[in-house]
Amino acid sequence: MATTTTRSFLQVAATEEAAPPLRVVQIEGLVILKIIKHCKDHSPSLVTGQLLGLDVGSVLEVTNCFPFPMREEDEEIEADGANYQLEMMRCLREVNVDNNTVGWYQSTLLGSFQTVELIETFMNYQENIRRCVCIIYDPSRADQGVLALKALKLSDSFMELYRSNNFTGEKLREKNLSWVDIFEEIPIKVSNSALISAFMTELEPDTPVTQCDYDRLQLSTSSLMERNMEFLIECMDDLSLEQQKFQFYYRSLSRQQAQQQAWLQKRRAENMARKASGEEPLPEEDPTNPVFKPIPEPSRLESFLITNQISNYCNQINGVSGQSFNRIYLMKALHDD
Amino acid sequence: MAASDRTVLQFSSSSSQSLSAKVHPLVIFNICDCYVRRPDQADRVIGTLLGSILPDGTVDIRNSYAVPHNESVDQVALDIEYHHNMLISHQKVNPKEIIVGWYSTGLGVTGGSALIHEFYSREVQNPIHLTVDTGFTNGAGTIKAYVSNNLSLGDRQIAAQFQEIPLDLRMVEAERIGFDTLKATAVDKIPSDLEGMEASMQRLLVLIDDIHKYVDDVVEGRVAPDNKIGRFISDAVGSLPKMTPSVFDKLVHDSLEDHLLLLYLSSITRTQLSLAEKLNTAAQIL
Repeated sequence: MATTTTRSFLQVAATEEAAPPLRVVQIEGLVILKIIKHCKDHSPSLVTGQLLGLDVGSVLEVTNCFPFPMREEDEEIEADGANYQLEMMRCLREVNVDNNTVGWYQSTLLGSFQTVELIETFMNYQENIRRCVCIIYDPSRADQGVLALKALKLSDSFMELYRSNNFTGEKLREKNLSWVDIFEEIPIKVSNSALISAFMTELEPDTPVTQCDYDRLQLSTSSLMERNMEFLIECMDDLSLEQQKFQFYYRSLSRQQAQQQAWLQKRRAENMARKASGEEPLPEEDPTNPVFKPIPEPSRLESFLITNQISNYCNQINGVSGQSFNRIYLMKALHDD
Repeated sequence: MAASDRTVLQFSSSSSQSLSAKVHPLVIFNICDCYVRRPDQADRVIGTLLGSILPDGTVDIRNSYAVPHNESVDQVALDIEYHHNMLISHQKVNPKEIIVGWYSTGLGVTGGSALIHEFYSREVQNPIHLTVDTGFTNGAGTIKAYVSNNLSLGDRQIAAQFQEIPLDLRMVEAERIGFDTLKATAVDKIPSDLEGMEASMQRLLVLIDDIHKYVDDVVEGRVAPDNKIGRFISDAVGSLPKMTPSVFDKLVHDSLEDHLLLLYLSSITRTQLSLAEKLNTAAQIL
């Protein structure tokens, strides 16, 4: 009897160990407002902050957040920042805010967030908390009446690969990982407490037009598009630079292989001669020879990230031009009337 | 006003007549959240308001944080240390935001308020007291702002009077996000850009239809004409730039072509990327 109960308990423990995958990020309206305020106040410089909340099954609830002060390259200030974080957490706990870190948020400029730093930060967070997300907010898109919030996490297979720090072509093929699989976007749900819902219903103005309609129907998008294209071109340059690295690698690899072959043939001929004269043959491998030193393969991480970035810009251009088509046709129709 | 050398009962009238306040929606959200998360035994939450004073004298309330307190029948104990810690932390992030006042939940001003207000008067000159009726006591979520006026007898202060000041509750920031997102208790997804566009266009069309109907009604004598509305309509129509159809067509076509070009460029890039991806894996298999 006792053994069965322990087993079932173990089973329960074991089943709990395999947590369900993260499906939805549920954000409070308060958090959205806080993030937007912080990012907007400091725009165009980029800022970050911490997300607090609860991890419930396949839903990650984000119930509060607090901003980090601007980062500076100074050790003393860095220690100060850690203190600030602890102090803030302690203070928020005192007023019964969930003080469980679930990730962080950061602002971005036209979606240029896919960097090695982001991945590094993610790995740091992942070490301490099992599940975390990064919420990206783009203040530059907000002027278009778009709520540009995104919840991202790194895919599991990518994290595994990143830990082993092995981004050679062979390894990537083995895992069947392409640039699309680095980040996973998690759908965002918004929730508000009943009290806030009541207040907002009360305070909602009865004007038929809201600020967000004005923003959306704004006709001039050329500056945004220009910036977008600029970034795209920069990324293209980076990508071609990466490609050159690879070409260089392959060229030196084939050169080395040719050298190896030549060396091997020479050694074999030598051995034949030695055999004919009855001497011991020399080994066919010589690790001390510089010809056999493997050339390190450049990491593909960078080019993967740049590719991601490019596809992101392309999507944005598509989105914005789609909106502009709408606007232009609308204007045309109005004018014809 | 009576001369100050005589002993008369007087209000020290500051510039409170022209004072008004503007509230950021975040403040309301924050207060509600703190109220929901208040300790079991507490009836209300109080906290500090942060913000700035705009050049025209309007107090812009932009941020807030709750301060734990204990309240018994005739005394209020505020955790001053907590208040200071939090203030320092907030100012590290945004040094431009200063204390502008304090808030409390509940309807109107209560007895303990004067004491807390006195404390905040020492932190900042002429603080604002914001009350948010989270209990919906009279069926509406009343949000009010007050400043205090000192009632003095000669040089002696004998009381303080809370005077209501106008409060601007138009929330442009909330409109930016959309009330649909903030109003509901649960929203399944954030509207994408095209969906938002569609909603805005539909609203615009409804508005144009409304005006159309109104003008028709006036013309046919069903509705009494209103000069004010007429002037607005003529302003709106007049704001359309006057240009010949050929010029307008050229303008439309030019920008259409610009956007088509960009679309083409971005599509070709994407095709290139997926092609490179395929070639890459194919090369590796070989």
